[in-house]
Amino acid sequence: MEDKGEIRLNQLPVGSLGRILGLETKGLMRRRLLDLGFVPGTVVETVRRSPLGDPTAFKIRGALIALRSEEGRQIRVKLL
Amino acid sequence: MGLTRQASGISVWKEDFTLGDKEISQLTIALAGNPNTGKSTVFNALTGLNQHTGNWPGKTVLQAKGRYRHRGKNITLIDLPGTYSLFANSVEEQVARDFICFGKPDAVVVVVDATCLERNLNLVLQIGEITDKLVVCLNLVDEARRKNIFIDELKLSTELGVPVIPTVARIGQGLDRLKDVIDDVATGVLKPKPIQIQYGGELEKYIAKLAKEVKEIFGEELNPRWLALRLIDGDQTIISSIQQYFNNQEETKGDLLVEGDL
Repeated sequence: MEDKGEIRLNQLPVGSLGRILGLETKGLMRRRLLDLGFVPGTVVETVRRSPLGDPTAFKIRGALIALRSEEGRQIRVKLL
Repeated sequence: MGLTRQASGISVWKEDFTLGDKEISQLTIALAGNPNTGKSTVFNALTGLNQHTGNWPGKTVLQAKGRYRHRGKNITLIDLPGTYSLFANSVEEQVARDFICFGKPDAVVVVVDATCLERNLNLVLQIGEITDKLVVCLNLVDEARRKNIFIDELKLSTELGVPVIPTVARIGQGLDRLKDVIDDVATGVLKPKPIQIQYGGELEKYIAKLAKEVKEIFGEELNPRWLALRLIDGDQTIISSIQQYFNNQEETKGDLLVEGDL
């Protein structure tokens, strides 16, 4: 049963803030996301979505990072 | 990749990373950092036209190397690929990591973006786990000021345990001091003590145990704690890198490591 307010990062609306709960991915992608700062507890904001929906720009730890929706889909986030 | 090695022993590392200099290079300095930190600006500002771009041996990754003179010495500067991390997620990261570990530069300068410090520090801390000869170049301080970000470089330096030199590489500000500090660290006049992240409880016990065994195999050639961490991580690429950069009598050390890992 999913917690109310828990969504995936690719569902976070533009301008909204979320707090990262966890990553559903393993291996290299997980490692890369962690290195970019997508660590549980971090606040992330959806800044801009590309016209075709992919990639999406997120503001995290002072940086602007672009993720594809297949990556955003793997990140569990609590809507703030 | 078909690189044959006739020489044996530790000198082979330097051979693989030889930079083909005709003039004797007295110091080799590596330049590391995230992409888009002005690392290339620092590189260009220090080396001017004395630079050359090629490829890392056997890889498709670009290598820029240059030279400058400082305090009467010839100094070779290697611009490592921009990376967020040294965990070998990509060829660039592997190249950067391998050079820092096996190429044994006399110092590593990490160029850091003052407007985005937190994300940039990931790499600084990782490199601090490999080597003590670390200098942080805090670049883009003018951009930071414009965004109302003011960084207390003395406090940062104390917390990190390494020198932090603010620069605006674009206009050459801070570079003279940077060169001085690079030289001091490279020659041992300044001895940084990079902060070592403690991983807590159980993990530290495993690290200590593994580091002890690693140290018996490799001595002081590779940072035992760092290597222990990579093995616990299950990093396969570090094992193949060790096998590549050690050879002959040393080759068995790489094999020993594969058998003995957790």
